[in-house]
Amino acid sequence: MLRYLGKRFLLILPTIFVPLIMVFLLLRLSPGDPAGMMLGDQATADQIAALREQLGLDRPLHVQFLIWLKGIVTLDLGQSIFFREPVMEIIPRYAGVTILLTLVALTLAVLIGVAMGVISALNRNNPIDRGVVTTAVLGISVPEFWFALLLIFLFSVTLRWFPVSGYTPPSAGLIAWGTTIFLPALALGVRQSALMTRMMRSSMLDVLDEPYITTARAQGLPERTVLGRYAMRTASIPVVTVAGLSAGYMLGGVVAIEIIFSLPGLGRLLVEAVARRDYPVVEGGVLTIALVLAVLNLLIDVLYAILDPRIRYK
Amino acid sequence: MKMTDPETTMPAATASQEVMRAEGLSVALPIDGRMVPVVTDVSFGVSRGEAVALVGESGCGKSMTASAIIGLPPRGAQVTGRLIVNGREVLGLSPRQRRKLCGNEIGFIFQEPMTALHPTLRIGRQMTDTICHNLGLSRRAATERAVEILDTVGIPRPRAILQGYVHQLSGGMRQRVMIALALSCEPSLVIADEPTTALDVTIQAQVLDLMERMRKEFDLGMLFITHDLEVVRDFCDRAVVMYSGDVVERGSAAGVTRAPAHPYTRGLIEAVPGETTDRLVPIPGSVPQIGAWPEGCRFAPRCARADAKCRTHPPLDAENPTAVRCWHPLEEIA
Ligand SMILES: Nc1ncnc2c1ncn2[C@@H]1O[C@H](COP(=O)(O)OP(=O)(O)O)[C@@H](O)[C@H]1O
Ligand SMILES: [Mg+2]
Repeated sequence: MLRYLGKRFLLILPTIFVPLIMVFLLLRLSPGDPAGMMLGDQATADQIAALREQLGLDRPLHVQFLIWLKGIVTLDLGQSIFFREPVMEIIPRYAGVTILLTLVALTLAVLIGVAMGVISALNRNNPIDRGVVTTAVLGISVPEFWFALLLIFLFSVTLRWFPVSGYTPPSAGLIAWGTTIFLPALALGVRQSALMTRMMRSSMLDVLDEPYITTARAQGLPERTVLGRYAMRTASIPVVTVAGLSAGYMLGGVVAIEIIFSLPGLGRLLVEAVARRDYPVVEGGVLTIALVLAVLNLLIDVLYAILDPRIRYK
Repeated sequence: MKMTDPETTMPAATASQEVMRAEGLSVALPIDGRMVPVVTDVSFGVSRGEAVALVGESGCGKSMTASAIIGLPPRGAQVTGRLIVNGREVLGLSPRQRRKLCGNEIGFIFQEPMTALHPTLRIGRQMTDTICHNLGLSRRAATERAVEILDTVGIPRPRAILQGYVHQLSGGMRQRVMIALALSCEPSLVIADEPTTALDVTIQAQVLDLMERMRKEFDLGMLFITHDLEVVRDFCDRAVVMYSGDVVERGSAAGVTRAPAHPYTRGLIEAVPGETTDRLVPIPGSVPQIGAWPEGCRFAPRCARADAKCRTHPPLDAENPTAVRCWHPLEEIA
């Protein structure tokens, strides 16, 4: 178990560093002078030179890289050009919303996907199954932002069940928080829940044909136990293994959702930072998202190992 | 080895000691929108303490017959006829009542223990789930019962095995666990579907001996599905030979294997190297597919003795424990 987790832990290092190196290179190798672009048209040559020096842009690329790497390792991500405060102080203010949004969306996606997939599989080829499969195909093909607008129109504007936009932190009351996070999370999770529905359905159908399911029945176990314990144990494994991938897609979709629902999250911060050419914040935001994704994947690997002992004992 | 006289080992067909009796049991499966017969008019019984072999080539419907008896045929299957388990007609029971027979009255040993045991549940969990549910014991009492039965089937350190998973065991140990699981709720009938086919030859003999010991110790009726005539002769009391969904011959194991009445049974015997001949005579032709069975005797196209009469389906004497479904049975029995 420990060796498996150790190996998994080593494997997450590239998932953190590859996007970071890409951001590093993209910012430095993109045409035009970042310092000039950050300061805008009215900047004097002196101001630009000063900022170049402050950002270390006057050094050779490999030296810049080493300095940058040292900054990351020592968690010193520099100073935001727009906010004029350390990036490490800005990021935590925005990261919480995004992490919670992703976690709630992932939970919703898994719950909906597993439930619909199981219902579909147990009704194989009858109208209920066809209904679920058709809905899943629709869900996969609908873009997140479109679904978000649909949800706002239906539940916030017409039914007035939820606020149209804005965010209440959980510290101000769980129910208030829930009403502001539910629709965004649903919009963010819908496509993944549709994918998980299809995956759960086919994995359940496969498992139901496995000999150990026949054995469980031949042992006289009631259908409830056969399905709920013996079939679910193995049928849910593929869904768990793709949950990490789903989280990745969600963190990509988080930008549009946070903008539509006006949530003060990392996605919105990132877009604004890019528009403001606030590169230290862009780097910090990408690093945070990569870290969140890595930690989530590690947790999912642990869950996978718990669910499947064959992995643990390899 | 049992070499007793076929006439004296024949148990009288008294219903009292019979744990299972199939009468005209038939199974049809939905294939391409129509029901195709897979097993037709199968009749035989199994009594307490007795091992009955169900013999025949692969695809003749042995496993399908077994799945109909345990009540777990493939989806959409139609099972007809009569099936009596411990004196009770069970084909009319509800699925829930039917499931109550599983484990309690009928134990099932599958061919491939690696796939028949759950890959991600501990052995102990599978055994105690079954014992708790069927015998109404607490988890702790069920664990003790599991330890006891694992010990009985010759598994060393049973407590450690209960903590483990199927992939950690050797093939022989897996099948012993499977046997323990099938016996854990004291069934009166055990169906074993080719229980040694997936095992190494050296392990096969041990598992066969174990099953014989269990049968005697618990006075079990055993339905032993196999295609190995040596196993029939050495470990079984009676034999039921199947061909293309039909019972073609029924009798004592010794009688059927030494002096077969049906040309198909003789063909089976001559197709394996034995003591009398080391010349292999394969049966000409091949087994017909389901849905493409010939009219009349299904073996006729491959039979040297077939004539015009064989175009009518021969009957099988339902009353007599020794019977053959053939218009021209071999002399030894005629
Ligand atoms: N689920 C199924 N669907 C369709 N045909 C099946 C199914 N299971 C078995 N069969 C067919 O039924 C026949 C009998 O199968 P089976 O009872 O498994 O044979 P045996 O156990 O004697 O080798 C075979 O022709 C097999 O192909
Ligand atoms: Mg079979």
